[in-house]
Amino acid sequence: MTATVDSTVLTPSVVNVESRSEQGSRSRRARLPAYIGLVIVVGWTVVAATVPLWSPNDPLAPVGARLLEPSRAHLLGTDALGRDVFTRVLWGTRTSLPVAFVVIVASVALGSLVGAAAGFFGGWVDAVLMRVVDITMAFPPILLAMAITASLGPGIRNALIGMVLVWWPIYARLLAAQVQSVRRRDHVESAVAIGASRWLVLRRYVLPLSYTPVLVNATMDFGQVVLLTASLSFIGLGARPPSPEWGAMITEGATNFYNWWIAAGPGVAILSVVLGFNFLGDALRDRLDVRD
Amino acid sequence: MPEPVLVVDDLHVSFRGPDGPVPVVRGVSFEVHEGGSLAVVGESGSGKTVSMLAVLGLLPGATVRGSARYRGTELLGASQARLRAVRGAHLGMIFQDPMTSLNPVLTVGRQIAGVLRAHDRRLRSAAARARAVELLDLVSIPQPDRRARAYPHELSGGMRQRVMIAMAVANRPDVLIADEPTTALDVTVQAQILDVVTRLRREQGIGLVLITHDLGVVAGNADRVAIMYAGRVVEDGPMTATFASPGHPYTRGLLASLPRLDRRRDPVPIGGAPPSPSSWPTGCPFHPRCPLAVDACREAEPDLVALGDARVACSVVAAPSHR
Amino acid sequence: MRRYVLRRVAIMPLLLLGIVTMVFAVTRLTPANPLVTIVGERNLGNRVVVDAAKRRWGLDRSVPVQYERYVANLTRGDLGTSFRTRQSVGRDLSDRLPATLELTLAALVFGLVSGVGLGIVAARRRDGWIDHLSRLFALVGSSMPAFWAGLLLLYVFYSRLGWLPGPGRLDPRAVTPLRRTGFYTVDSLLAGDWNTFWASVRHLAMPAFVLGWGITGIVSRLTRASLLDELGADYVRTARAMGISERRVVAGHALPNALLPTITIAGFSFAFLITGAVLVETVFSWNGVGSYAVDAARSLDYPAIMGVSLLGGIAFLLTNLLTDLTYALIDPRIRLS
Repeated sequence: MTATVDSTVLTPSVVNVESRSEQGSRSRRARLPAYIGLVIVVGWTVVAATVPLWSPNDPLAPVGARLLEPSRAHLLGTDALGRDVFTRVLWGTRTSLPVAFVVIVASVALGSLVGAAAGFFGGWVDAVLMRVVDITMAFPPILLAMAITASLGPGIRNALIGMVLVWWPIYARLLAAQVQSVRRRDHVESAVAIGASRWLVLRRYVLPLSYTPVLVNATMDFGQVVLLTASLSFIGLGARPPSPEWGAMITEGATNFYNWWIAAGPGVAILSVVLGFNFLGDALRDRLDVRD
Repeated sequence: MPEPVLVVDDLHVSFRGPDGPVPVVRGVSFEVHEGGSLAVVGESGSGKTVSMLAVLGLLPGATVRGSARYRGTELLGASQARLRAVRGAHLGMIFQDPMTSLNPVLTVGRQIAGVLRAHDRRLRSAAARARAVELLDLVSIPQPDRRARAYPHELSGGMRQRVMIAMAVANRPDVLIADEPTTALDVTVQAQILDVVTRLRREQGIGLVLITHDLGVVAGNADRVAIMYAGRVVEDGPMTATFASPGHPYTRGLLASLPRLDRRRDPVPIGGAPPSPSSWPTGCPFHPRCPLAVDACREAEPDLVALGDARVACSVVAAPSHR
Repeated sequence: MRRYVLRRVAIMPLLLLGIVTMVFAVTRLTPANPLVTIVGERNLGNRVVVDAAKRRWGLDRSVPVQYERYVANLTRGDLGTSFRTRQSVGRDLSDRLPATLELTLAALVFGLVSGVGLGIVAARRRDGWIDHLSRLFALVGSSMPAFWAGLLLLYVFYSRLGWLPGPGRLDPRAVTPLRRTGFYTVDSLLAGDWNTFWASVRHLAMPAFVLGWGITGIVSRLTRASLLDELGADYVRTARAMGISERRVVAGHALPNALLPTITIAGFSFAFLITGAVLVETVFSWNGVGSYAVDAARSLDYPAIMGVSLLGGIAFLLTNLLTDLTYALIDPRIRLS
């Protein structure tokens, strides 16, 4: 009954719980959300990669009068500086997606390294590393991310560092648990018994098996990191104006409160990305049959 | 002969399957007399439990046809309110697995009191609790007042089954339906549970339907036997007569597969596996496993016909030439 | 059970020291300069002022000495003085904690009550329109930036429709009730001031809804799934076979079992609430610990950042302990083991 705190526990994946009787019939029904998720994720990724080639407007330069309501010329209107909001939402992908990608990859790398090291060396190394993990996770993630980012100085790069430092323990714990469970399997025990080195056991048995849960978790977390990036920017610790970042744009929308269209677009964009990755991660979990 | 309390006539039950309806019970009839006892015997999947659940209206989603009358009142198709008044008050039922069949977060005393109060709105909770303790005593649970405050996981399997019996007889039903009451228990405990059931039957005049796959359990605990196979009754008759001279080849097989002390022969299991409801064999459903099967058995499914004191559904044994 | 609780409580100071150490290291070993907050932009070039400020705030000492002093003060219950408000951090936090607690508790109650209710309806009418709608509601609620939802609601219900009041705990000109608990709802009731009570409830409505939305979603789906599982359980069949009414079967037998996992999530959702409170308080100008944390981070107010982190850690650890205890108290299988 040791319920451990996990800051990912409240990701949308929890929302998709099904009763046991429904899990069998799930694969069939889960197909539509999976496709929706795929379309959203691929769509935004394509936008991020290609928007400079076909961007309707310059995201940083005024294109018309200030605070114009949405119209055919400006689908989401213009902001307080007369910039096209729709263009800025499109360009926002070029901050949110790469930042989330780097945060996830770095967290997985760092977390796996620590988790594997803990499992690899065992003993006091394991104890110390896992206590660090416990402490980091016994802590509302946004507060730590805020403290780190603030100390490093506001800015998207420092927010990124802050998020990695908050996120890696999740993967460290995941990998440590994998090492634990793999070690207890018969063929691994016998491999150890006949003298296989710990490094070999780690590489041959642990890492390949950890691949799928890490992939599923990373996909689910991607949306959460996009959300956290936007949150940090919203309170002024992440991306700074005038860069077209979704959270920062919502801040601009808050200052021009009565011009609802400034915040509407970026909010919907964040929502869709989080939902998309959630659907995709859920489909991956079903497909790869990972049950946590 | 006293009038039957429960009459089940031509009961059919089918479930929705991926390829159309699956007939699980196909025309089952039996009756239980006041204070009488009937053993329903068959392998798993023969439709014993499903028949009973259908009679009590506990099979949502199933299609049920036929008739089941309690003291002249039709139960099939009756409103849930009407069924609820019958269930637990006039027809009690106990289930196979006492581990999972009791609510884990309520004390057993509360669960028994709940059954009492479900059928007597005016009963005060203190009185219900006192009565629950009496009932635990009735089913021979030592220190009943202490045990009433226990949760199911604190009791042994045999104790839990006694609690279940106490719940089922709490409102002095006319018939107790016991669905494999001893299957999940140790052999020594099995006998004790059966003793409790038999004693209650005698002391309180409760009719009994004992569902089991084990003919060994039937001996001494039932007046009549109904043998079920593939969703139908293939033989019924008085217990002693059926044991002495079984009619249906399936009944003979069941008896031969029983280890017995009075015979030197080793038990002989019935070959083959019981058929599944989604693909009953054509003709007599037992013919693929039957040592007496002839060509005609593949053609038509035999009806129950009288054979001495019993009735048997087998065209070979019932044929005049065979007698 | 008691030993388990004692061990958990005994470990808490260590975890908190770990948090303090970590945040201390993070803030002091980075290049940021809090002197801007202390002396102001204009005086940064003035060596006399800067040196005096450094001495005054202990920033002239080495980091280990600063750490030692901080921890020593901490053991006496002294959280230091805020660079920004020039008040004791302990005082600042206790001033603002009731506002946050009132908001988070309102959100938690809303989330739990509506979540369990919605979950029961969704399970009873499985695959009906309420079920589908509640699934959508849950998905959106947990995928949406809370600060954006807050803005949107403010725009619609305050600015456009005028149904609900704007940001803040009360109208700017309103007199705050005499402080007893710090909860405006409770204090106004204690003072017998119905108008203020109603006003504070109306002010609470939107932020509590935004904050509780995610919890509603999670709790409703979880309640639905586990209730469906429990309704198929053997003991439910027993209860039905004993003639217990369907209402009692659901409410008295299946629901208590189905709510066990919900309790765990309710505890975990506290993390969700803290995270959300930081952002929602900012949007709704809610004068609580969350907006204090944002101000502290923006101005590099070291003592305030430390204080908020410590408070967050304590809240987190206590909630987890409380969750485990509640779970154990409710589930007899654990309570009696």
